[in-house]
Amino acid sequence: MNRKIIGLEEGLGYMQDGITKIERILEGRPEPPFNSEEYMKLYTTIYNMCLQTPPDDHTQQLYDKYRQAIQGYITSTVLPSIRAKHDEFMLKELVKRWANHKVMLRWLSHLFYYLDRHLIACRSLPSLKEVGLLYFRDLVYRDVHVKVRDAVITLIDKEREGEQVDRALLKNVLDFFVEIGMGQMNRYEEDFEAHMLQDTGAYYSRKASNWILEDSCPDYMLKSEECLKKERDRVGHYLHSSSETKLSERAQHELLVTHVNQLLDKEHSGCRVLLRDDKVEDLSRMYRLYSKIPLGLKLVADIFKQHITAEGIALVQQAEDAASSKASNAAAGVQEQVLIRKIIELHDKYVEYVTDCFENHALFHKALEEAFEVVCNETVAGSSSAELLTTFCDNVLKKSGSEKLSDEAIEETLEKVVKLLAYISDKDLFAEFYRKRLARRLLFDRSANDDRERSILTKLKQQRGGQFTSKMEGMVTDLTLARENQANFEDYLRSNSAARPGIDLTVTVLTTGFWPSYKSSDLNLPAEMVKCVEVFKGFYETKTKHRKLTWIYSLGTCHISGKFEQKTIELIVSTYQAAVLLLFNASDRLSYSEIMAQLNLTHDDLVRLLHSLSCAKYQILSKEPNTKTISQSDYFKFNSKFTDKLRRIKIPLPPVDERKQVVDDVGKQRRYAIDAAIVRVMKSRKVLGYQQLVSECVEQLSRMFKPDIKAIKKQIEDLITREYLERDKENANMFKYLA
Amino acid sequence: MPPRAPKRKSAPPNSLSVTSSDGSSVSSKAKTKGFVRIDRMFDSYANSSLGMIDPDGIEALCSDLGVDCTDVRILMLAWKLKAQRQGYFTQDEWRTGLKELRVDSISKLKKALPELEKEVGKPSNYDSFYSYAFRYCLTEEMQKSVDIESICELLNLVLGAQFRPQVDLLIEYLKVQSDYKVINLDQWINFLRFCQEINFPDLENYDATQAWPLILDNFVDWMREKHSSF
Repeated sequence: MNRKIIGLEEGLGYMQDGITKIERILEGRPEPPFNSEEYMKLYTTIYNMCLQTPPDDHTQQLYDKYRQAIQGYITSTVLPSIRAKHDEFMLKELVKRWANHKVMLRWLSHLFYYLDRHLIACRSLPSLKEVGLLYFRDLVYRDVHVKVRDAVITLIDKEREGEQVDRALLKNVLDFFVEIGMGQMNRYEEDFEAHMLQDTGAYYSRKASNWILEDSCPDYMLKSEECLKKERDRVGHYLHSSSETKLSERAQHELLVTHVNQLLDKEHSGCRVLLRDDKVEDLSRMYRLYSKIPLGLKLVADIFKQHITAEGIALVQQAEDAASSKASNAAAGVQEQVLIRKIIELHDKYVEYVTDCFENHALFHKALEEAFEVVCNETVAGSSSAELLTTFCDNVLKKSGSEKLSDEAIEETLEKVVKLLAYISDKDLFAEFYRKRLARRLLFDRSANDDRERSILTKLKQQRGGQFTSKMEGMVTDLTLARENQANFEDYLRSNSAARPGIDLTVTVLTTGFWPSYKSSDLNLPAEMVKCVEVFKGFYETKTKHRKLTWIYSLGTCHISGKFEQKTIELIVSTYQAAVLLLFNASDRLSYSEIMAQLNLTHDDLVRLLHSLSCAKYQILSKEPNTKTISQSDYFKFNSKFTDKLRRIKIPLPPVDERKQVVDDVGKQRRYAIDAAIVRVMKSRKVLGYQQLVSECVEQLSRMFKPDIKAIKKQIEDLITREYLERDKENANMFKYLA
Repeated sequence: MPPRAPKRKSAPPNSLSVTSSDGSSVSSKAKTKGFVRIDRMFDSYANSSLGMIDPDGIEALCSDLGVDCTDVRILMLAWKLKAQRQGYFTQDEWRTGLKELRVDSISKLKKALPELEKEVGKPSNYDSFYSYAFRYCLTEEMQKSVDIESICELLNLVLGAQFRPQVDLLIEYLKVQSDYKVINLDQWINFLRFCQEINFPDLENYDATQAWPLILDNFVDWMREKHSSF
C-alpha cells in the first residue's frame, strides 16, 4: 500500500497526545489506558516517520518535542508538587514522583522505541530514558536534594532517640540517591552519606561526652555495644551497604576512641578494677568492642599486663616478707613452696582469661608472657627464681616432700613447672640447681619414684631440647646401672672369700660427666673403711681396667651402732660423721685440733660435723664447754648417757650452701658458651659490626640465659688476644674472623 | 789531534773515575766511607762479644746525646731503626736507621733528633710508632701482653706530652683497678683512639654500647663516679 507521508505537525501532535495520556494516567486522572489500536497507531506513526527520507525526515524535531514535553511536565507539575511539601511528606511525594517518572519513561521508551533506536544508531544521542532521567536529576534533584537529605537525617536521629520511623520510606529515598547517580555512587556518597556521617559523628560525640562522665565503664560499654548494633541494623534496613564500614567507624570513633583513656582508667569501674574483681563478662565485652581498634586493644593489653605483673610481684613480696620475719630455714622453705604454687595458680587463672575473655588474641598472649617474664625473674630472700623452682620440684619429687598429691595431680604440677621455666631467663641456673637436687635425691634414696623423675625429664626435654636434659637422664640411668653393679659386687664377694670388707658395703659408681662436680676429699678414712675401698677396687678392676675411680666420701651414708649405757641405738650418719665418731673407739676424749689432725679436714667441714654431733638435736658427743657453738679449743667425749625412745635415729648433717658453687659453676659455663657463640657467629659472618655481633650472640644464648653485655665484650677481647678475631683497622667497631 | 807528549809522569786525574791505590772505584769507596763512620759509631757503643749494642751501650749513647735514657726520643730512634728487641740495636738496624737519618756522627745524630720527632708526629707515621712502642715492650717469646706497671710508664712516655690530663687519670685508674693485670695490643691501640676522639674531661661523646674495650668502659664509669662525688 502507499505509505502516506506524515507531516511534522501531524507527527508532533500524535506524540503530544501520547505523552499527555500517560501523564494523565500517572496523575491519577480519570483516563482510560491505551488500547491496542491506539498503541499500535502511535507506535507505527513514529516508526514510519523515522523511515521517511528528507525533506520529510523529522526525527530530530520529534526528539526535541519529546525532550520539551518531559521538561515541561517536570517543571510544571513534578517539581512544584515536591516543593510544596515538607519533611516526611516531602519525602513521600518525592518517592512517588520518582516512581512515576520511571514508569513514564519506560512506557515512552516502548512507544517511541524506533525513535530511540534510530537516533542512537545514527547520531549517538542520549536515549529517551537517559534524557528523561537527566532532566529529573537536573531539574528536581538539584533543587531539592539538600532539603531531602536534611529530612532523612532528621528521621535517622529521631530513630536513634527511640522513635519509630518509616523505614521503608527511608529506604526508598536512599535508593533514589543511589539511582540518580546513574551508575555512579557519587550522588549518594557526596550529597547524602558524607553529611550523614558527620551528623552521626556529632550525635555520638554529644552522647559519649555525657555518658563518659555519668556512667560506669561497664554501663558505658553496654550502651556503646547497643548503639553500634543499632547502626549496623540501620544499614541492613535502609542505608546502602557501602555505608556500613564508614558508619561503624565513625560511631566507634566517637564512642570508643575519643574517650578511650577515660573509659579504661575509670576510677571505680575501669579496666584495672574489672580485672581486680574478675568481671569476666565485662572484660569480654571490652575485648569485643576494641577488637577492631588496634590502639585501644593495645591499651587494654597493657593494663592486663600491668595487672598480672602487679599481682605477681605482690606474691613475691609476700613471700619475701614472710621469709624475713621467720628465722628458721624450715619456714622459709614453706614460703617458697607456697609462692611457686601461687604463681602457678596465677598463671592458670590468666591463661584462662586469654582464652576465654580475649579470644586467644596474640596481643594478650604476649602481655601474659611479658608479665610472667618479670614475675618469674624476681629474687626472694636471696634465692633466684631458678633456685626456687628447683626446690619446688624437689618437694614434689622426693619421698618426704610437702606436696602430698595424687599421681595425676603430680603430673599436672610437673607440666606447669616446665611451663613456668619458659619465663625464667636463667635457665642454665635452673639446670644446675636441678642437677644438684636430683643428685641428692638419687644418692640419698629420697626420690619418691623413678617414673616421676623420668616424667619430668621427658617434659623438660620436650620443651627445652635434648641437650638440656641429657646429663640429668644420665644420672638417673647411672643409678639403675649402679644397682645392677651392686648385685654383681655381691656375687663377687660371695665367690671370693679373700675379699672381705668386714662390713656391709654398697658402692654407687657415677659417670663423672653427668653429675655435678664434687670436691674429692682428703679425708683420712677409718681403717675399717679403708679395707672396704680396697676390696671394691679389686672387684672393679675385674670389670674394667680403663676407668679411674675417684671416691666422694661426702656423699656416703653409714649405719653405726652406738653402744650407749641405756641401750644400743643404730645411728644413720654421713660417712664423715661416722669417721668422727669412730675416733672415739680408740680415745675417750679428743680435742678439736686432735680430731682435725687425725681426719685431715678443713675447719669449715669440721665445725659443721661436730656441731651436728654435739650441739644439735641428738648429742652423741658431749662438748666441753657445753656451749652451742664449736670453737677450736673445745674438747669432745663420747656421750654414753645419750638415749632416745627410738632404736634407730638419723643424725642430719645440714648440707653446705651450694648456692655459691652453683652460681660460680654456671658463671664458668656461661663464659664458655659466650666464647663459643661469638666464634660461631663470626665464623659464619666473617666480618661483622660490634652491635650486630652482640645482638646475634644474645639471641643465640637466650635459650639458656640472658648474657651480660660486659661479659660478651670481655670474651671478644679474649678472642682478640687468642687471635681468633681482629679489629678492623679502618673501623674500630668492626671485627673480622681470622681463620 | 796529534797526541801531545805527556808532561807529567803519572796519569792525569779524570773527573769520572780515579783509580786509587787499591784499585776500587770512587763510588764504592764513598759508600764504604759512609758506612765506615757509621760502623765506627756502632763499634764504639757495641758490646763486642755480642756483636750488637746492648743496654749499657744505649745508656752511653744517651749520655752522649744529652738525653735521658727514659726519653721518648730514644724510643723514636728505636722505631726509626726498626729495632726488634728492647734494649738492643743490631748492626744492620743501626746502619739502615742512621743511613735514613743521614747521620754518621754523634753531633749529627743529636741535631737530627728534632727532625725525627717531627717525622714521628706526622699522622701517617704516628700509628706505626704508637703500635711499635707496645711491641717493643714484649720481651719474651710468645708474649702478647704487657704488665700494668710498664704500660703506665709507656703511656706517660708516649702520650704524656700530648694528652697529659687523660694519661694521668688513666694511669691512676690502671693502678687502682684489679680486673686486668696485663694489657694487650688491642687495648693499647684503643687508648690512643680514646685520647684522640673522646672529649675530656666531660667524656660526653663516649658510648659504651660501641666496641670500646671493656677496660675503657670501666675507666669511664670510674671517672664519672669520681666526678659525681664532688
